[in-house]
Amino acid sequence: MTKPTLATVWLDGCSGCHMSFIDMDERLLEIAERADIVYSPLVDTKVYPDHVDLCLVEGAVSSEDDLRKIKLIRERTGTLISFGDCAITANVPGMRNPIGVQPLLERAYLENVTLNPGAPTEVVPALLPMALPVHRVVKVDVFLPGCPPSADLIHQSLVDLLEGRTPDTRGARFGR
Amino acid sequence: MTTVHTFRINGSDVAGTDGQSILAVATENGIDIPTMCHLDGLSDTGSCRLCVVEVAGSSKLTPACTTLVSEGMDVSTTSEQLCGYRRTIIEMLFLERNHICAVCVANNHCDLQNLAEELKLDHFELPVIAPKVGIDASHALFAIDHNRCIMCVRCVRVCDEVEGAHTWDVMGSGIGVRVVTDMGTPWGESTSCTSCGKCVQVCPTGALFEKGRSIGEGSKERRPFLPYLKNQAQEPELT
Repeated sequence: MTKPTLATVWLDGCSGCHMSFIDMDERLLEIAERADIVYSPLVDTKVYPDHVDLCLVEGAVSSEDDLRKIKLIRERTGTLISFGDCAITANVPGMRNPIGVQPLLERAYLENVTLNPGAPTEVVPALLPMALPVHRVVKVDVFLPGCPPSADLIHQSLVDLLEGRTPDTRGARFGR
Repeated sequence: MTTVHTFRINGSDVAGTDGQSILAVATENGIDIPTMCHLDGLSDTGSCRLCVVEVAGSSKLTPACTTLVSEGMDVSTTSEQLCGYRRTIIEMLFLERNHICAVCVANNHCDLQNLAEELKLDHFELPVIAPKVGIDASHALFAIDHNRCIMCVRCVRVCDEVEGAHTWDVMGSGIGVRVVTDMGTPWGESTSCTSCGKCVQVCPTGALFEKGRSIGEGSKERRPFLPYLKNQAQEPELT
């Protein structure tokens, strides 16, 4: 029997949730025993596989690229998990929402700049009008709050999901 | 003479005296009702609606903190519907302004954050509003971040009822409602403010805070005091 597949994705977040994922330490070996990590910033796969059983999504949906990725990921994923506060509430990336894209870019790339002022127009994907929680864009199955969620919470939730249970997220909270 | 009312909360017989609220009697009897704007020692306004309960014979939900007990009433504090409403209230409080726990001075010392955990809120279904809301940092010692304000008006009450300054009040209505100092002038220019800091101490979120402390220091850590409130709460009614 083949193992279930696991992916982790990094959208508009600080990678702190992935740091917390790595903080599972030796329990990562146990997770690797029980699931194949097929796509992640931590492994060298460039293309999201056709079908993934479990996917942890870190970060808000902030750019056109995030939007394209998350739609594809949703199509190809069994259980999609909003991983941390940015994915769940937009959190820190969402702090730009009251400001608006244009004033934000002007502040960052014109007002405070002396060398080559001007917002990037190439390579960098365009920002969406608002940084959005993942579940405002696609259906999310499980929410793991925390900034970041603790390694214990990630581990317990993954074990629960791999064993077919709904994760027990008691004690999880925004912030911390 | 004190009139005693006997009535029921969640099927148990309880007794309260004239003028006591449902919340006060529930607390005396160890029945937990979630609260937010209520603070022992201050008057109750029922502004947050978190303590809503069902009273048999009434189709309306009623706040336990401002509803006085009466003979024979039958109160229910826990039902699916009530839990649902309380979750929605917390969700709306979060989404009406910009609450970002991770970078808030009150992170881990916040009643709103605690209640979200207690009521097992792990995400919000309502849309993000992200209103543009200001900060007043004109006072030398304290600041108010309206992004974090939930309009519990504890600051207004403590300033009026305990400090006697009445610097704080409420301006506007609906989503534009704000707490203001001295009729809407900057806090730093207030002539009535005594800089006592009581408003900062009673604020349940990161809206009011002391200046000069970093987020990491958890500047909103509750000090084991507020003695003026504790004493007031224990004082017997004068009537």
